[in-house]
Amino acid sequence: MSELIWLIPLLPLIGFIVNGLGRNAFSKGMIGALGSAVVLISFICSCILFSEVYQSRQAGQAGIIEQHVFDWISVGNLKISLSFLVDPLSAIMLLIVTGIGFLIHIYSIGYMHHDKGFGKFFAYLNLFIFFMLLLVLGANYLVMFIGWEGVGLCSYLLIGFWYKNTSYANAAKKAFVMNRIGDLGFLLAVFLILGTFGSLEFSTVFAGAKNFAAGDIAVVSITILLFIAATGKSAQIPLFTWLPDAMAGPTPVSALIHAATMVTAGIYMIARSNVLFVLSPITLQLISIIAICTALLAAAIALTQNDIKKVLAYSTVSQLGYMFLGLGVGAFTGAFFHVLTHAFFKALLFLGAGSVIHGMSDEQDMRKMGGLKKAMPITYMTMLIGTIAIAGIPPFSGFFSKDEILAHAFAANPLLWGLGFLGALMTAFYMFRMLFMTFSGTFRGTDDQKHHLHESPKSMTVPLMVLAVLSVVGGAINLPAALGGNHWLEDFLAPVFAEGKALVPAAHHLEHSTEYMLMAVSVVGVLIMVALAYNIYVKRQQTPEGDEVPRGFLANLSYHKFYVDELYDAVIVRPINWLSSFFGNVVDQRGIDGIVNGAGKATFDTGKVLRLLQNGNVGFYLLMMVIGVIAIFIYGFLSL
Amino acid sequence: MDNLFLLILLPLISALILALLKTNAAKLIALILSLVSLALTIPFLCQFDPNGGMQFEKNWAWISALHIHFHLGIDGISLPLILLTNGLMPFIIATTFAKNYKGNFYALMAFMQAGLLLVFMALDAFTFYVGWEIALIPIYFICALWGEGDRIRVNLKFFIYTFLGSLLMLIGILYLYQQVPNHDFEWTSFIALELEDNTQRWLFWAFFIAFAIKIPIFPFHTWQPNTYTNAPAAGTMLLAGIMLKMGVYGLMRWLLPVVPTGVALYGQFAMILCVIGIVYASIIAIKQDDAKRLIAYSSIAHVGLISAGVFSWNTNGLSGATIQMLNHGISVVGLFYVLDIVQQRTQTRRLSELGGIASKAPKLAIFFMIICMGAVGLPLTNGFIGEFLLLKGVFQYGFWFAVFAGLTLILGAVYMLRLYQQTMLGETTDRTIQFEDVKGREILVLGLISLLILYIGIFPNFLLNLSAGSVEVLSTFLGR
Repeated sequence: MSELIWLIPLLPLIGFIVNGLGRNAFSKGMIGALGSAVVLISFICSCILFSEVYQSRQAGQAGIIEQHVFDWISVGNLKISLSFLVDPLSAIMLLIVTGIGFLIHIYSIGYMHHDKGFGKFFAYLNLFIFFMLLLVLGANYLVMFIGWEGVGLCSYLLIGFWYKNTSYANAAKKAFVMNRIGDLGFLLAVFLILGTFGSLEFSTVFAGAKNFAAGDIAVVSITILLFIAATGKSAQIPLFTWLPDAMAGPTPVSALIHAATMVTAGIYMIARSNVLFVLSPITLQLISIIAICTALLAAAIALTQNDIKKVLAYSTVSQLGYMFLGLGVGAFTGAFFHVLTHAFFKALLFLGAGSVIHGMSDEQDMRKMGGLKKAMPITYMTMLIGTIAIAGIPPFSGFFSKDEILAHAFAANPLLWGLGFLGALMTAFYMFRMLFMTFSGTFRGTDDQKHHLHESPKSMTVPLMVLAVLSVVGGAINLPAALGGNHWLEDFLAPVFAEGKALVPAAHHLEHSTEYMLMAVSVVGVLIMVALAYNIYVKRQQTPEGDEVPRGFLANLSYHKFYVDELYDAVIVRPINWLSSFFGNVVDQRGIDGIVNGAGKATFDTGKVLRLLQNGNVGFYLLMMVIGVIAIFIYGFLSL
Repeated sequence: MDNLFLLILLPLISALILALLKTNAAKLIALILSLVSLALTIPFLCQFDPNGGMQFEKNWAWISALHIHFHLGIDGISLPLILLTNGLMPFIIATTFAKNYKGNFYALMAFMQAGLLLVFMALDAFTFYVGWEIALIPIYFICALWGEGDRIRVNLKFFIYTFLGSLLMLIGILYLYQQVPNHDFEWTSFIALELEDNTQRWLFWAFFIAFAIKIPIFPFHTWQPNTYTNAPAAGTMLLAGIMLKMGVYGLMRWLLPVVPTGVALYGQFAMILCVIGIVYASIIAIKQDDAKRLIAYSSIAHVGLISAGVFSWNTNGLSGATIQMLNHGISVVGLFYVLDIVQQRTQTRRLSELGGIASKAPKLAIFFMIICMGAVGLPLTNGFIGEFLLLKGVFQYGFWFAVFAGLTLILGAVYMLRLYQQTMLGETTDRTIQFEDVKGREILVLGLISLLILYIGIFPNFLLNLSAGSVEVLSTFLGR
């Protein structure tokens, strides 16, 4: 199987080409079947690969399979190959991407059934899977960069899938441009890595990193640039505002790209480069600070949003913040564990939201929902499971992964734990607020919507159920020792993080008793929040006010997303537009071109004046000649 | 068939034949003749040895009294440009099939092709200068006769401006001729000269300004947007696709090796101009309403990056410049063709009047997307290979130069996606409601361009290998 790694990304690419060319000729059934089948085969291949890696790990080896496909760019001594790397980290990522990818393809068959662009949609989804697999499989930074930018393109195409709507097209453009800001950071990091280590291959770079002292300026610069790249792709401050807007895309896209896979690429990349990052404590600190700020800011915004997808979008930004917090405090396994569990429950929540929107005839405002649990029992049950998982109530998966990150945060700095705990409280509140507003109480929509209300078809509910099961049991793969677990994930990933670990003094170790206490505090806090949400939205049946109703200062800030978009508009977008007009109309046309035209005009005018000297008056010519001769004589005398 | 002179002779003969044709068959004959030219290029491509230095040399005495030779030869820097010239010509001709051009139009194109090839092959400065001026005359007539708007005034300015630069270069060439011990114009004699620093100083400016106007490098660029905008589509393609590469080629063939000390002294200043040009032109492009003008400004930014790669003077930057000249040619022909198709069907190029074309013409929208992605340098397109190597070269030159030059990544996405959105996405307008999708010949041309964009992006090594040896040699001239 290891010779066939290239098949895994190639299959979705074939799906893209065939579906793309035949999108008008094939029936919807064929398109859906083909699009899903290629991802399923990729998934099966990934499983086989995973089992190879697993067996290798069981045998006590590192579980690394590399494959060189062909030389891509070679100039002088710069040689970059298209090569793939499967190790414990990418093996798990492969399963997430192809596995959840497959479920979402199946779901899309039902969700997109009535859409005219059905074929185009599946072609784009396959293209996305292709690029995401390149990102995950790349054995060097440049192959990763192909995937990195490629998923950005797919994100652009899919956010703007309903391109007739101008605001959707704007959202797509915003996503692409903001990602590109990060991509510039990535590219500069690539140059710096090339300059420092002479290669882009992960194996060479990480082996070379051992020779650098912690805090070396080159390593610090590289890691900061890579982190900038990650803030773009993984929606952290200051580049997070594109992700909520990205909800303009069809909901399966939000689930696949903007929750489960693409947005976690930044965490994957940093986890992959852990050797470099542990050598730069400053960067890790920066990551922690940015991460906790993002987690809190996004959670605070999610508290008051009324669009069901917007709540989930801000929740994603916030959860990504937790993952970065994990990276920042050195809990690489914990961060990746959260990537995994988050992929399950957030994909589930988005698909559930999609099911609700589908049932509600494309309504996304929760103020017009309510009481849906009777009409949509499966959606309700599965979303309840997802909500419990994300809120962090044991024994659901989210509890374990979040707990691991928070425990490490506590060990690093109790303040980080406190802020993280605050975020967790908000998470529990806004998630249950969303759940109650949607499914409890009485229906608040129109009669038309009520009449049309229905549970979604099997192709949509089965993926929900599968994801719900995973959200429940997903935590089992890395049970903490404090709860009698065996840290399976940590052991499995050990070779990936071993080199990084060896470079730093052993991290602070938490006593089991402290760990128990932290868990207890967070569980109790979360339960209180759930009760509070229940009290407000179920018992007292409150619905949020309309858009125009004045709000208190804090509620207003949260409702208007802390005016970050407005700030960027005023500080960046408008000045650049102004500069564009100023450069174009003033500097270019009047300034520079004015000088050019002025030079031409001056020549013309000089000619006009000099022309008058040629007036045909012989006496004048003679006079001039005499003056000239005298001048020459004087010059001759003076220079003697 | 491996005689370089044939490559120049064929377009000259074509020009003669085409000039006499008054029928509509002229375009077909022009296409066939240009394809023969392309076919004649292939033997050179196959027999070329990347590490063999100057090859296929032909040397005839021309004006013996002055030791002027008609001396041709190609190395890894000229070969890609010959490929570009002969490769793009059939495309450019094919894009004019919907137009009502007669033989004289194509005769001028063929005549220009001969001039361009002469520039790229000349190993004698006099021959080079002749080609340089020959190429200017036909494009002047193409733009002045078939252009639109204020074309006479705009083209006069273009002509005088570039001609002024050429004269500066001529003075430089004549001075160098005087310095050569046995008074000739040979390239090898010029590079063998050991000029004093002070001489190199003014020679640098004489050559640099000539090439900077042609490319154009900021702040010598103001002739360009108006000329591109008012020229007929094929004229713009000739100008942006091929002609401006004369300037970049000039930098690599005649500036760097002849006055290396001058470049060492003033190269940083030139570099700063290039980088300013990238950012400045990109920012202007953001708000243009005329689609063609938008691409004109974006082109200033792109060639600014190419020139910056040249002045970085290392293998990455020079290789990047060589391959990006080809890529830029392919991509601007694609872009201007799409704009021409849009203009033909809607009678406008104003972005504010366009929109929604994707729903009427999905095929065009796909091709345009691929071409745009090539232009913004997405990995797996040709633009990425060039941009990556160029920025790598600039990065080696200086970190902050790369940061500012790298802004093209972001700003490029802003203006290209705006162009795409304003034409293709959104609701249809009065102008686009009847838009008819591309078909037949248009699909063939756009499809081939798209395939080239992807092919070079995935397998760039063939092209990179062509120039590798010569770039290596050129980079050794640094600080000589």
